Amino acid sequence: MGPIVIVEKVSIRFGGLLALNEVSFQMEERHIQAIIGPNGAGKTTLFNCLTGFYKPTEGSIVLRRDGKSYHLTQPPMGSFRGNPAGWMGGFLRNLFTSNPIHRTALLGVSRTYQNIRLFAQMTGIENLLVAQHNSVNHKLLSGIFQTPGFLRSEKKALEKAWYWLEFMGLEDTANIEAGNLAYGLQRRLELARAMATSPRLICLDEPAAGLNRQEIEDLNRVIVNLRNEHKISVLLIEHHMGVVMNISDRVVVLDHGEVISEGTPAEVQKDPRVIKAYLGEEEEDAPPQSRREA
Amino acid sequence: MEIDFIIFNIPVIILEQGALAAGFLASLFYIRALDLRAYGEMIKDAAIVGAIAMVLFVPIVGLVLKDRSLVFQIERSLMLVGAVAVGRLHISGAVRARVGIRILWRLALVGISETFAFFFFPEPQRNLIVLVVLVVLAIVFALEALLRSGEKLDSIGSKIMGAWPAVISRAKGRQGYLMFFLVGLLVLLPFEPFINSENPFITDYHLGTLTQTLIYILLAMGLNIVVGLAGLLDLGFVAFYAVGAYGYALITLHLGEFGIGFWWALPITASLAAFAGCMLGFPVLRMHGDYLAIVTLGFGEIIRILLVNMIDFTNGPNGMSAPRPTLMGLEFTRRAKEGGVPLHEYFDIPYDATYRYVFIYLVALALALAAIFVFRRLREMPIGRAWEALREDETASKALGINHTTVKLSAFTLGAAFAGVGGVLFAANEGFISPSSFTFVESAIILSIVVLGGMGSITGVIIAAAILTLLPELFRDLQQYRMLGFGLAMVFIMIWRPGGLIKVRRRAFVRRDSARGASNPALGEAD
Repeated sequence: MGPIVIVEKVSIRFGGLLALNEVSFQMEERHIQAIIGPNGAGKTTLFNCLTGFYKPTEGSIVLRRDGKSYHLTQPPMGSFRGNPAGWMGGFLRNLFTSNPIHRTALLGVSRTYQNIRLFAQMTGIENLLVAQHNSVNHKLLSGIFQTPGFLRSEKKALEKAWYWLEFMGLEDTANIEAGNLAYGLQRRLELARAMATSPRLICLDEPAAGLNRQEIEDLNRVIVNLRNEHKISVLLIEHHMGVVMNISDRVVVLDHGEVISEGTPAEVQKDPRVIKAYLGEEEEDAPPQSRREA
Repeated sequence: MEIDFIIFNIPVIILEQGALAAGFLASLFYIRALDLRAYGEMIKDAAIVGAIAMVLFVPIVGLVLKDRSLVFQIERSLMLVGAVAVGRLHISGAVRARVGIRILWRLALVGISETFAFFFFPEPQRNLIVLVVLVVLAIVFALEALLRSGEKLDSIGSKIMGAWPAVISRAKGRQGYLMFFLVGLLVLLPFEPFINSENPFITDYHLGTLTQTLIYILLAMGLNIVVGLAGLLDLGFVAFYAVGAYGYALITLHLGEFGIGFWWALPITASLAAFAGCMLGFPVLRMHGDYLAIVTLGFGEIIRILLVNMIDFTNGPNGMSAPRPTLMGLEFTRRAKEGGVPLHEYFDIPYDATYRYVFIYLVALALALAAIFVFRRLREMPIGRAWEALREDETASKALGINHTTVKLSAFTLGAAFAGVGGVLFAANEGFISPSSFTFVESAIILSIVVLGGMGSITGVIIAAAILTLLPELFRDLQQYRMLGFGLAMVFIMIWRPGGLIKVRRRAFVRRDSARGASNPALGEAD
């Protein structure tokens, strides 16, 4: 199995701030890879580049799927270049598909958010049905007249939604509006929603934030299960070392927008640069405990 | 009371009792609680009660004192016996079905009170009483069923998920019954003047007003897509209404010679308005909230000003006449235009201006019901879910692979198509249109219907449309305070019921298949 994501020399600049500085790393398919680093290291920025929310100032991000490479940082111009008659079609296609967030999602990248972004006024199961928008029959007339094909596709979508709800232990709260769920359940629902899109790669932004020890153990089991049983690559940002060190196959450490270390959890833990980034220089008397918590 | 107080109006009684019985049977169908044997028992029971009533009524009511001699009039007592039997049928059905017993009880009371009114009150009062009883009961039913089912779902819902199926099917049964009853009433309503021709309670004016209410329901359903589901605040919705009305007038004016009449214009104009909606959608794709509201407001004004200024095309502020609709080419005029055939000549019946009002009313009713149906379906379809997701969190829905461009455009387009149909009806109903019918106030009214009724809700919007169009008609003397009233209503609704009169109830899903609990690979091992 080759890499699923190749990040090459990605830099992003917000005004004078260099948020990411030539970040390069690869991610193998069906791996659990963690991105760690102190606050403000650029982890979420990197995530946003990967999922199309930000466009990197420089560098490229390539997603490999079924042996083909897709450049996430460039619009899909190739399809109509050199075809003069296709300009209008190309223009229209561009208009409808060039949104990088939407395009990345269609390539099989799915994500969760640091601050939960569920559809608060929709029920749990509706959240999961929305996530399957691209795989259901969304033709207008077949929906209005409820053709057999439409009903079949809805049934399939419902079954899948129930599957992921049960997978995350949410079947009892399926008909409750997402905004009214408890925090831990919302986190789980967001993960279920991301999985309902049938992704190849799922990006989890601090999935363990605000969870108690039992919930974190459940989460670890779920993530490992996603990789082993559902053949999904998991990229996660996490501060909670219990999650990172126990389940990740590889860890990338960011600090001040640069990759300072990469390797297996054991390797990374020993890396002096990582220790320095987290605990500071030995001369400095920064309180180590509080920095670790941050 | 005078002696000749009893005038039989057999068709009315048959009609109304028939409607009640049909509504009742439909409710049984929805409830599906009864088998054939139960029906048989009910009918037998009703027959027995009818026979007893016959014994009692024939000597008492059947003998009429007329010109100092007793005349035997069997039909009077038969009517009473019929009323009793039907009432008994209602009650025994209610008892057997065990659902909504109180509602069905009241239904039986409608039948009895009506029949009473028919027998014991002289003509003018009788109509009034029957109508008041019907309207009051319809409203009571509607409110009770809606409030009760909502309250049940809210309070119990989250606690006992296992009880969902029961609660839902009960709510569904009631709603289905209620729908049937109300729709039946609305369909039968315009025929009252024909049956009761001496002193009709429902006049052309009433029918015209009701048609206008139905048009507003249609429009509100369209705006409900844009504002309620997709969450795009549209202050220029009247533009599409205007496109519909003027589209109809212009199409029939210029293409009338090719046989394009009301029915052809309807889909053409709807697509025209949909196109206009799509055109508005493009520039506002990236706009939200206040900015979107300002642009749509501007769009509404642009259309109106265009209509005023394109004098050669639209006849400017002088307005245009719009043709009346036809029924399979038959016209509703006293004398047909050249080549046409008026309805009354074709059927060889006397001319009556009411036919036209009845016809437009029925067309509007059918289209409003169709709009409600389509809206209901849309809400449960992938596209409806995508609209709501877009309203809740645009970025998150994009990240799930939803194409926000097409989803937003489809909301504008479909909403505008509804408004286009409303515009055609408006033009056909009024017979004359001018730009002054399509001012911002109109947009504001439609928007307040949606907001007051509850964004995304159907029942709430229908009730709000009825209130906001019928109340101003009732209080015409206070017309100058109308906007004040709207404002006050808006403020109070926002304070008391921020979700609108009737907050949208989410659709509940029930796990059906047998694989329940079979797979919980990750969490199952934990405990």
